[in-house]
Amino acid sequence: MCTVRCPIRVEVEDNEVKWIEGNPYLLGGSLCARGGAGVALLNDCERPQTPMIRSGPRGSGKWEQVSWEKAIQYVAEKLEKIIARYGARSVVVSTRGGPWQDLFKAFTFALGSPNYTNHDSACGRNVHHASLSVYGLGRKGFDLDIRNTEHLVLFGRNILSSLGVAEVNQVMDMLDRGGRLTYVDVRQTLTGIKAHRFWLVRPGTDYALLLGIINEVLRQGAYDKEFVDRYTEGFEELAAFVEPYTAEWAARECGIRAGEIKKFVEEIATQRPRVIFHRGWMLARYRDSFYASRAIHILNVLMGNIEIPGGQIIAKGAADCGVQPPRSFTSRVKKPEEKRADGVGWKYRHFDPGVGLFHLFYEAMLTEDPYPIKALICYRHDPLTCFPDPEAQKEALERCELLVAIDTHYSEFAWWSDVILPESTYLERETPVALKRGAKPYLFLRQRAVEPRFNTRANWEIVSMLAERLGLTDFFPFRRIEEIWEWQLEPTGYRPEDFQEKGFIPLTDHPILYPRDQLEGKFKTPSGKIEFVSRKLESLDIPSFKAYQSPARPPKGRYRLVFGRAPVHTHGHTINNPLLNELMPENTLWINQREAQKLGIEEGDLVDVIAETVKFTVKAHVTEFIHPEAVYTVHGFGREVPYQSRSYKVGLSDQKLMEGLLQHMDPVGGGLCLCEKFVTIRRSPQNPKRRVEL
Amino acid sequence: MNLRRYTLYHNAKRCIGCHACEIHCKVNKSLPVGPILCEISCQPLKRVKNIPKTEFLFRSCYHCDDPLCVAACPTGAMKKREDGIVFVDETRCVGCMLCAGACPWHIPQYNPATGKAIKCDLCKDRIDRGLKPACVSKCTTKALELVELRPWGEPPG
Ligand code: SF4
Ligand code: SF4
Ligand code: SF4
Repeated sequence: MCTVRCPIRVEVEDNEVKWIEGNPYLLGGSLCARGGAGVALLNDCERPQTPMIRSGPRGSGKWEQVSWEKAIQYVAEKLEKIIARYGARSVVVSTRGGPWQDLFKAFTFALGSPNYTNHDSACGRNVHHASLSVYGLGRKGFDLDIRNTEHLVLFGRNILSSLGVAEVNQVMDMLDRGGRLTYVDVRQTLTGIKAHRFWLVRPGTDYALLLGIINEVLRQGAYDKEFVDRYTEGFEELAAFVEPYTAEWAARECGIRAGEIKKFVEEIATQRPRVIFHRGWMLARYRDSFYASRAIHILNVLMGNIEIPGGQIIAKGAADCGVQPPRSFTSRVKKPEEKRADGVGWKYRHFDPGVGLFHLFYEAMLTEDPYPIKALICYRHDPLTCFPDPEAQKEALERCELLVAIDTHYSEFAWWSDVILPESTYLERETPVALKRGAKPYLFLRQRAVEPRFNTRANWEIVSMLAERLGLTDFFPFRRIEEIWEWQLEPTGYRPEDFQEKGFIPLTDHPILYPRDQLEGKFKTPSGKIEFVSRKLESLDIPSFKAYQSPARPPKGRYRLVFGRAPVHTHGHTINNPLLNELMPENTLWINQREAQKLGIEEGDLVDVIAETVKFTVKAHVTEFIHPEAVYTVHGFGREVPYQSRSYKVGLSDQKLMEGLLQHMDPVGGGLCLCEKFVTIRRSPQNPKRRVEL
Repeated sequence: MNLRRYTLYHNAKRCIGCHACEIHCKVNKSLPVGPILCEISCQPLKRVKNIPKTEFLFRSCYHCDDPLCVAACPTGAMKKREDGIVFVDETRCVGCMLCAGACPWHIPQYNPATGKAIKCDLCKDRIDRGLKPACVSKCTTKALELVELRPWGEPPG
């Protein structure tokens, strides 16, 4: 249902789903609302039911329903034409990311294009790149042992609403055990109400607060000297850099008292190394989010929380369990030599070339530099919902001769595309085998619980059909899922039946921790150490530390637009689910009480939220617990797919208001700056003052 | 009078207000949009030691010892079991909703799919099979528990 992909167990009777629960071994049956509402998704007619080819202009909603043969034929012919004219490199394939992206990455390479990408530049890229620069390990290079920590510190990480069931239970167990929670954000959240310390900071000043904390940690000597001496590089430079950034300075910048910062550091001094500064997930927010993210990583290192219970545990793979990893589809293809059209790897050498940066392909589409991009295939990725300024995106998409959406629901991109290839929901499809890395690695897959309700196909079936028609059977000779599972599992020594017992195959029964005095070689940086000063960045003339720049204050009458999550929805893809829509059919605009008073806005009033050309009208939620500079909304609403009757034009869309932000990227982290939009707020003239009718 | 034997205990400290219980209940009973048999709510945020706080409340049917809904039901559809579970016998219910009017909390709801009343029956069919109610089994954080009540001193079972 959502991209956390909690493992589930499903009971079926006569091809009807009777019961969905969390995997009993991993989640004890627990499941969130989105997971539970899967049945409503399955039976919802307002999702694509059969392949569709556009028969009017893009976005006109004129579709021809076609057979799979015809749809695949259409896509293949178009691709062949485009490849003949512009080369295979002119095809871009993007996915949401996650465990099954290997399939589509391999498909891209098999086509002959280097341009595989995903949604991450609007999500976790800053965290990922910052993590690489410090540890040489990416964003998912660590498991956080939150359950056993003494103190969890969250910077804008609304962990209980973003809601991964396993992670949430770790937090609740930690709190039950008497662990402490510090929560920092520009507003109060469902997570912050559980906190022992809540800091409401001025939007965009996280980096200042982090620098102030590092300064204070060093001043109090509240760090793990032995660990730092042994495993890190660049401590002197770090100390010199943070010197001017005292707690008093940070206090002025973010609106927290200096004494509070000092008390906080005194507290964690007694709790370390079992203190976790959460790495964050979506940190595509401000222009210094990459450096803020580095500061978070650095604080974890100063706590010495690496490879201990209650700390950050290096994610282990199959090899750590003495097992060969399952085969990947990318092992069947050669990565094309061609340089990437997003410039990653050659123009931008500091970014991870594995997936590059999606938004930079728009630039390539418009400028044809370094070469033209003519086709975009999006699998479960809705750039028009997840990236800013859909109108600017559509201008670039205009240059493409083929847009294909593979999705379970009508994404805004699907609605704009040329062909929709409907994927079966997670209850109706199998998936290839994937490896879950972590302290306790395991193998997992999805099995088909029920037969598809409509004329939809599984992701592997769609790839298989495309591969066959395009003559790529060397890459993908498989016709049945069992063939895929067997081929993938062969080196592991396991069989597909081994998933029967628990729904997954554990590769170990206890968490694997490397001995803490033998961590040499575990950090994949150029020096093999944890790098406060990044050799890679420095070699490219990019500073490892960035001087703090105070964020702009919004002009009078305008507010910084920030967005977030509610526990019953996952971005845009659940808004139209009948059951979830019943719980939360629309979003509201949160505004600070004093500001609302100035604008004459009361709780529940309709307000206009205005960017340059875009305007939404929604209800106001007036509260003292949001910073006066910010207004907040839940992401994913304001959808404009007419076939989704429940969510059509309901609520406001933050990304549509983010006009002009499409190429507004953190130049070092590669993440977009999604919290850098100021919007005008006014009480809507639609608030009825008089009554004309009886 | 059958005293109730079971009650749902909601640990507000663990509850995160995710509303999953409402969904699990609805899905288990195949309910359409409309009736919601258990409800999560909270008071507006209030500062406690400088932290804006609130706690979640969980409410479903109380399975009263002396249920007004049962007394008000003209067809005998609203019934109380041996173990105190108050439930709607759908074969008798005519959807007049007098039960909802009689209940101090308006707990019984109208199910547009069947045209009859519906309310929490503690998932009695699951309890009878030795299972826990849907909301308890699947609560995101294990904040809900089915508690067996018994007179002081009486052994469990
Ligand atoms: S599912 Fe559990 S945690 Fe979620 S709202 Fe219900 S009782 Fe609370
Ligand atoms: S419906 Fe109301 S009156 Fe009837 S048992 Fe439940 S709480 Fe009591
Ligand atoms: S006990 Fe069953 S019927 Fe009652 S609220 Fe929980 S899930 Fe719903």
